[in-house]
Amino acid sequence: MRRIGGLIAFGLLGIMAANSAAAQQANSAIEEVQRRVVKIFGAGGVRGLHAYSTGFLISPEGHVATVWNHVLDPDTVTVILHDGRKFEGRVVGAEPQLQMAILKIEGEDLPHFELADAGSAGTGTRVLGFGNMYKVATGDEPVSVLQGVVAAKTRLRARRGAFEVPYDGEVYIVDAITNNPGTGGGVLTTRDGRLLAMIGKELRNSETNTWINYAIPVEGEFADIAEQIMTDRFRSSRDEVKRDEPENKYRAVDFGIVLVPDVLFRTPAYIDHVLPKSPAAEAGLRADDLMLFVDGELVQSCKELEAELGRMEEGDFVPLVVRRGDELVTVELEVPDRDE
Amino acid sequence: MFHRLIFVAVTLLAVLLTVQGAAFAEDAEVLDAERQRVDVMKRAATSVVAIFGSGGGGGGSGVLVTPDGYALTNFHVVQGAGIFMKCGLNDGVLYDAVLVGIDPTGDVAIIKLLGRDDFPAAPLGDSDTLRQGDAVFAMGNPFLLATDFHPTVTMGIVSGVHRYQYPSGTMLEYTDCIQTDASINPGNSGGPLFNMAGQVVGINGRISLDKRGRVNVGAGYAISINQIKHFMDHLRSGRVVDHATLGATVATSQDGAVLVSSILEDSAIYRRGLRLDDEIVSFAGRPIRSVNQFKNILGIYPKGWQLPLSFRREMDGEIETKEIVVRLEALHRASELSLDRKPRRPPRGRKPPRRDENDLDRKSEPKSKKKIPEHLARFFIKKSGFVNYYFNQLERDRAMQQLTSWGDFSGLLGRWDLAGKTAQGQEIKIVCSEMAVGMFIGETAYLQQLGDDQQLIDEPEGTGGLLAGLNHFRRLLTRGETGFSEFYYLGSMPLDGEGERVDIVFAELNAAQSQWYFSKQSGALLGFDFWISDDRDPCEVRFEELREFGGRSLPARWIVRHANKEFASFLLDSCKLAPSSKPADEPALQEANR
Repeated sequence: MRRIGGLIAFGLLGIMAANSAAAQQANSAIEEVQRRVVKIFGAGGVRGLHAYSTGFLISPEGHVATVWNHVLDPDTVTVILHDGRKFEGRVVGAEPQLQMAILKIEGEDLPHFELADAGSAGTGTRVLGFGNMYKVATGDEPVSVLQGVVAAKTRLRARRGAFEVPYDGEVYIVDAITNNPGTGGGVLTTRDGRLLAMIGKELRNSETNTWINYAIPVEGEFADIAEQIMTDRFRSSRDEVKRDEPENKYRAVDFGIVLVPDVLFRTPAYIDHVLPKSPAAEAGLRADDLMLFVDGELVQSCKELEAELGRMEEGDFVPLVVRRGDELVTVELEVPDRDE
Repeated sequence: MFHRLIFVAVTLLAVLLTVQGAAFAEDAEVLDAERQRVDVMKRAATSVVAIFGSGGGGGGSGVLVTPDGYALTNFHVVQGAGIFMKCGLNDGVLYDAVLVGIDPTGDVAIIKLLGRDDFPAAPLGDSDTLRQGDAVFAMGNPFLLATDFHPTVTMGIVSGVHRYQYPSGTMLEYTDCIQTDASINPGNSGGPLFNMAGQVVGINGRISLDKRGRVNVGAGYAISINQIKHFMDHLRSGRVVDHATLGATVATSQDGAVLVSSILEDSAIYRRGLRLDDEIVSFAGRPIRSVNQFKNILGIYPKGWQLPLSFRREMDGEIETKEIVVRLEALHRASELSLDRKPRRPPRGRKPPRRDENDLDRKSEPKSKKKIPEHLARFFIKKSGFVNYYFNQLERDRAMQQLTSWGDFSGLLGRWDLAGKTAQGQEIKIVCSEMAVGMFIGETAYLQQLGDDQQLIDEPEGTGGLLAGLNHFRRLLTRGETGFSEFYYLGSMPLDGEGERVDIVFAELNAAQSQWYFSKQSGALLGFDFWISDDRDPCEVRFEELREFGGRSLPARWIVRHANKEFASFLLDSCKLAPSSKPADEPALQEANR
């Protein structure tokens, strides 16, 4: 019986020690996470588009997971590690459905998160959010850290501008204001620094129009796809050029659409001019229209537009949404016969 | 079998007990921590001030830092609030308060609550010990919710330290500040950020704003209390306090080094040897790895402070590292600093403001023109160049109090004969009158003619103007304030960069300036710096050993330095100070004149 008493006392001691050391632990957990978080600088800086975001290392040789957005438009972006070391990063793969892009920098033995170790957390779990909000950190300065709790784990219903966001999977909703300019691609962790999720882009709730603070869980699909991209086995749901598929049946020009020169990694799909008497001309498309949706699918670049149009079947009618000036215009295109 | 059953039962019981015991223990810990937090916040709340403009408009927060009522707030809270304002504490009482001093660049102001000498002041913490993740709480009056002056408390963590925030508007630069996710909103401005020991670690004043309106979006910024400690005495001087510049700017090179990108040739740092393209290694004891870090350090010190700087230069393939001590120069011209006038563009290529960063509650309402009630009127003296000259007089008299114990020099306008020996054993003789100051070191004579049309010179050469400085010394003792065109309390700083903290009294006469250093501890006059003009290094005189000469005290040992070199050190053994001036009776001076 005495032994049992001793056991109980030992247990109590352990718990008390753990409590008093909790604050200390949070500090060092933050330091550990910061070593794995990077600052990313790329395209933007105009019309309210910020030119910076956040990412996190997921391999010792320099794979970085980040949010798929306009910052990654150039061929290379600047990736700055926690210690101020500066690298060139290139996109090696992306899954826009999950808002995920994987960059690669040339490094070795880098501190990183093991994707396989990513955990999950229930409602009420205390969490930390890491991200370079408002670009307040440069060089070797650590990114901002916020505290909060998981308010809910639920399906995302959000929109960006006027558009529904394609991703409607599970997300963590947090009570801290984690989603700010620059925090996309940052991480949500537990208080002891365990990776939970990637902070997404700034989005609004599609019903209430309020800004939401959410993060996309790493465990599961995100980790699987990131792993596939790193091992070069991945084909995106929206890969721009699907070389191993049969060649596109149609090209934009078959519809009478001549796009602007495709010079960027993601050139917006602006119409340069419309061929006379083509289906496009008949549908009333004009030069300078920006193609937004093809058959209900968001197209974010010339390549994506070509890929979407390439899948059409002759005789179909394709609904399109284009932006003309400040207006959204819906038109319908008839898919021409291929063998003309 | 039976035994085994009992054993199992006992084990089960033990496990249950452990689990239950643990649950209780944890609850007690949590409850205890909570109780502790509540106590700390209860105590902290007594020191938090709700500030209202005299016209009843505007509003912000503040925090009491001394029992006699000095309280810190933001400059942008008092801007436009008038000299007198109303301040509520959580005892429900509304107090009168008066504006004391402002720091428009650092967005800090100090006010004094009136009517008590036992205000509940908050202790000041050390903001340099804060780390990311530390718990902190903000107190103040967001959205002016508390009509009973009970401050609102919001809690969060330190999201970042040593943050640099570009100037908003023309000044209001936040350097080396603390970033927190504790919710800070309009009305919180000027209020304290506390650590969990209830010590003030910062003054909340700014939030990041974007497209979501003027509310907190998770990033608030507090001016570090360590910065304010540097400026506290300056602020209490009733002046518009200025920040500093180095006279050089830096930029990051391709490989990440911080290099001098421009430098003014008439700056002190240029005279100390810094040149274009030199790499800054450390500044004020902190390593420099980014431009922000450099600006962070520069931003937390008042002008005039002396800081160590080390830099690296490649010369003929060899890398040379040098360490210098530099005296910081004024960031603004005097005309650019005032309480009400909209400041002009800061000089020397400051960056334009960023749109998305904003100070809170900036006001545009006109100054109240109400008549000041009589019982308050004595706390305000209007004088050009000062926010409130009343407080300058107060601090000046306090700082100089000890000087009166040297004796009464007021009638001694005649010839002064001082004599002694240098450390090398040479005879030294000094003669001062109203017309000139002369000096012999051994056989060599030096002279500085005085009078309005006389130019002040570096005499003896290499001292920076010791003789002209001696005239300031004489005027200080014989005439005090009336001996100079400007004479005021400046603030405090560590003597010579690393010595004890000294009060500074500033004097100016015909463009020549001097600063007088009084020990904050003992009140003793420890020395002075004298400038012939402001684009030259000063003559630095330090005193040791106060001795009695003819019933009056004077410093006996004088150490004279200029441009980081010691010129001489001498010990006076005789001082004769004559009561009236007789121009004919000056053979020594005439001798020196020849």
